Amino acid sequence: MQCDICGKKKATVHLTEILDEQMTEMHLCEECAREKSVKMEQQFGLADLLAGLTDFGKQIKDVEKVKLKCAGCGMNYDDFRKFGRLGCSECYDTFQAHLATLLKKIHGSNHHFGKSPMKISQGEKEKIITLQELKNQLNEAIQMEDFEKAAGLRDKIRQLEKKEEPS
Amino acid sequence: MSVDDFINQTGEWLKGTGAHSNIVMSSRVRLARNLAKVPFPNKARKKELTDVLETVLAAINETEFFKKSYIFKMTELDNVDKQFLIERHLMSHEHATQPDGKALVVSQEEVLALMINEEDHLRIQVMQSGFNLDETWQIINRIDDGLSEKLGYAYSINWGYLTACPTNTGTAMRGSIMLHLPALVMTKQINKVLAAIAKLSFASRGFYGEGTQASGNFYQISNQVSMGQREEDVIQNINGLIRQVIEQEEQARQALLVQNKSMLEDKIFRSYGTLKSAHIISSQETVELLSMVRLGVDLEVLKNIDRKSINELFIMIQPAHLQKIEGKKLTASERDARRAALIRQKLGGY
Repeated sequence: MQCDICGKKKATVHLTEILDEQMTEMHLCEECAREKSVKMEQQFGLADLLAGLTDFGKQIKDVEKVKLKCAGCGMNYDDFRKFGRLGCSECYDTFQAHLATLLKKIHGSNHHFGKSPMKISQGEKEKIITLQELKNQLNEAIQMEDFEKAAGLRDKIRQLEKKEEPS
Repeated sequence: MSVDDFINQTGEWLKGTGAHSNIVMSSRVRLARNLAKVPFPNKARKKELTDVLETVLAAINETEFFKKSYIFKMTELDNVDKQFLIERHLMSHEHATQPDGKALVVSQEEVLALMINEEDHLRIQVMQSGFNLDETWQIINRIDDGLSEKLGYAYSINWGYLTACPTNTGTAMRGSIMLHLPALVMTKQINKVLAAIAKLSFASRGFYGEGTQASGNFYQISNQVSMGQREEDVIQNINGLIRQVIEQEEQARQALLVQNKSMLEDKIFRSYGTLKSAHIISSQETVELLSMVRLGVDLEVLKNIDRKSINELFIMIQPAHLQKIEGKKLTASERDARRAALIRQKLGGY
């Protein structure tokens, strides 16, 4: 019997894969089998990867981590670490400090620059408008070289953004 | 309205038309959205999931985008139906597990697909043939705007759209392009190209979705990052990258034609011959041979075969499709025979 992958060498490894109740048999030569096993090892889960990334917690004491539990869905930090999935939008508040670091690690940024939904609450809409206005004023102040005013505006923006992180 | 209605039709994305369709199979954009104040599907109770389902179905009824759509509740489908929808790239493997509250909404031409209660409450997908990511984004953006007028999304000004997995938080957008790159594989340049793609924080996957190896020389390239950039900028970055990959593949194809013409033609005609003659064939072998035939069509080495029928075969030779066509369950060896018969019939074989 010849190898299913290269079709050249003699198949000496017989592999059975079961995926979604589908069984497939493959007959491989030693070389192709080795290559395939490397590829299989590479398919590690996303949860493993996230768990690795969340190990930045050296600056956060273990005791504090255990105490963190989301009031919205009951998820605790260890669950998140294990499964790599958050349970509800409130988790983003509960694990805010951890997530700010994690998001930066994953995306290289922890600020959203994209679109926003059409339907958001009046209060939020006003905040977005206020933030935009403050940012415009900040740009103007910098251009006018009024750095005292700029510093004040920068602090206001930071404060407003902090309150908003996240809703 | 049944899954069987799809058996005799071809999804828009398989038509083999659009820009650079000799190399680019399809363009796809997906958005993840969650309803505010409801746990994500992994933490939601059954009642909450069915409430989400009802809310979303009511909202799509009020929009113009889903007028001619099929709605499939997962609790009402059998395993072959679900596998069939996965094979058509309309839903994920994950969506086929734990059916409570899960549904799939598909537009008639299979351009638009909405998974309800998969990893997030909504997973919206728009898919088109050829290299057409800009228009694909514009379509999905309009649909998302329309839905967001009816549904209250979980959203934060600083962090954007809140999703179950932090790898999606922000725009929650993934744009992907499916490429057919046989010449880069044959000239052994593919690993170099894939390594460069990975360095730029883009992911590459196989034809049959997440976690699959590339087969049939198909590679799906998509953005990894979803925060810190506007959606339009991400789309432009993907476009720029894909243009370069297309150019590399074009060059490799020309090089093969100039330097190894007879070897290339031999490979293409042998593949075509085997597909027209085989009476038993595995899906793995079929996909490799179909890839060569598709290349033959693109290089006009093979004439009088259209790209659409080759594209269709990549989908139809899969297990659930064969069983749907046959109208009954088939064992693995029965499928190998049925697959060969279907290919012979489609390619006018012996």
